[in-house]
Amino acid sequence: MEFEKLTIKKARELLDNKKISVKELVDFYLKNIEDQNKNLNVFLEVYKDVAEQIKEAQAMIDEGKAEALTGIPIAIKDNILIKGKKASGASKILENYTATYTATATQKLIDQKAIILGRVNMDEFAMGSSTENSAFGVTKNPSDHSRVAGGSSGGSAASVASNMALGALGSDTGGSIREPASFCGMVGLKPTYGAVSRYGLMAMGSSLDIIGPITKTVTDAEMVFNVIKGQDKMDSTSIDFQAPSSKPQAKTIGVPYHILDQEGISDEVKKNFEEAVKKIKGLGFEIKDIKLPNIDKSLAAYYIIMPAEVSSNMARYDGIKYGLSVDKSSPDIKLLDVYKKTRGQGFGPEVRRRIILGTYILSAGYYDAYYGKAMMARQKIRSEFTEAFEKVDAILTPTTPYPAWKKRKN
Amino acid sequence: MISKEEIKKLADLARIEIGEEEIESLRGEMDDILEYVKSIQRFHSDEALPKAEAEEELLTGQLHNVMRKDENPTEAGTHSKELIAEFPEKEKEYLKVKKIL
Repeated sequence: MEFEKLTIKKARELLDNKKISVKELVDFYLKNIEDQNKNLNVFLEVYKDVAEQIKEAQAMIDEGKAEALTGIPIAIKDNILIKGKKASGASKILENYTATYTATATQKLIDQKAIILGRVNMDEFAMGSSTENSAFGVTKNPSDHSRVAGGSSGGSAASVASNMALGALGSDTGGSIREPASFCGMVGLKPTYGAVSRYGLMAMGSSLDIIGPITKTVTDAEMVFNVIKGQDKMDSTSIDFQAPSSKPQAKTIGVPYHILDQEGISDEVKKNFEEAVKKIKGLGFEIKDIKLPNIDKSLAAYYIIMPAEVSSNMARYDGIKYGLSVDKSSPDIKLLDVYKKTRGQGFGPEVRRRIILGTYILSAGYYDAYYGKAMMARQKIRSEFTEAFEKVDAILTPTTPYPAWKKRKN
Repeated sequence: MISKEEIKKLADLARIEIGEEEIESLRGEMDDILEYVKSIQRFHSDEALPKAEAEEELLTGQLHNVMRKDENPTEAGTHSKELIAEFPEKEKEYLKVKKIL
């Protein structure tokens, strides 16, 4: 049985038609983990209860009660909680933390008896775009081991790309599903904010965070999204997302050429993109040049809003209620020292950097100049997208300006 | 350039202990980032709505409070075991902390 090219959709058919058993399917991915994980550093932990999960999934299929993801092996990003299992956010500050509740998105997978294989590597607290900021080493790109897998959901993307899982959950705040998926040649879906509950996702930028799938195909991503989406009473920013109804006629696709015509985009990416546009035209779509006039303020707005929210969200890691607590029993250490030493030693350099930046941005005297302006710019950028979507059905751009770079350390 | 004192103060506020070396490198990094994000000043709020309207929109526009009925409280002790297990220091069922006074 050729498992290399399997998709979730195909695996579902094979499982339901009894062409393969859950054990046969999952064993293929477990074998790949065994063979390659030491080298690629994708999984931080493979769960010991996989055999038990396989039994339960098989029983569900045998009873004719299989749902979309029953028996499908999935990897979970290390910042998404599962009760009773370790979750570290790829940080030393939570290295030995055991989650006390389960994320809604993951619970939905568990309810369907998907096979939760384990937790995968990421940049620490989702801050980074390569996994070079993980406290537990970088994840190699399965397509080229000298390059990074991308991030922050690098482990998630690499797990699917290397056939260590058939699907993975990642999280996206400023590209952390999309970029690693692109670097590893996978499909990454960043759902609309609110479409998937954030309950159980370690918060990074609360007005931006979302959980989403990384898979081999768009259909697979849709299948996973449909399972994990939905309003959740445990997350009051969640909504019941209604996909716009598809029109049967050929769609109009907007391309903001003014963005593509600037410096910094590699020739390969430009060429690749033009080929994609040709293909899409050939399929009967109309390509329209659109303008997003204030898009050039996006990065600045993001690098103000995100660190501000990060500095607030990281305050909970203080060595008091859970996680690393430096020299807690030493009588010489005072309370303030517990905070400062725990955070100084437990957080990596990038996390410390962003907290300091966020603290500055939110401090008196700078709030209006930075945060206030950024929030207004964000509103404007958002409204420009809304305007553009009145003229086109979708907007197309390259995902990243260049392919995965060579990793700088091990 | 942002001063050493300012970095120290920020680290203090953020309750993070950082060494002299890191203070130095943070000065440079912060400066670079702030220099870049300053470009947000190029965004003119009159391009959007007038400032007062924009601010009101920010406060009330997209966001609204989602409340739930104050009923069916979780029974005391339901989650205690797992939470207490994660305490770095405990005494019986109490979270133990350094003295504050």
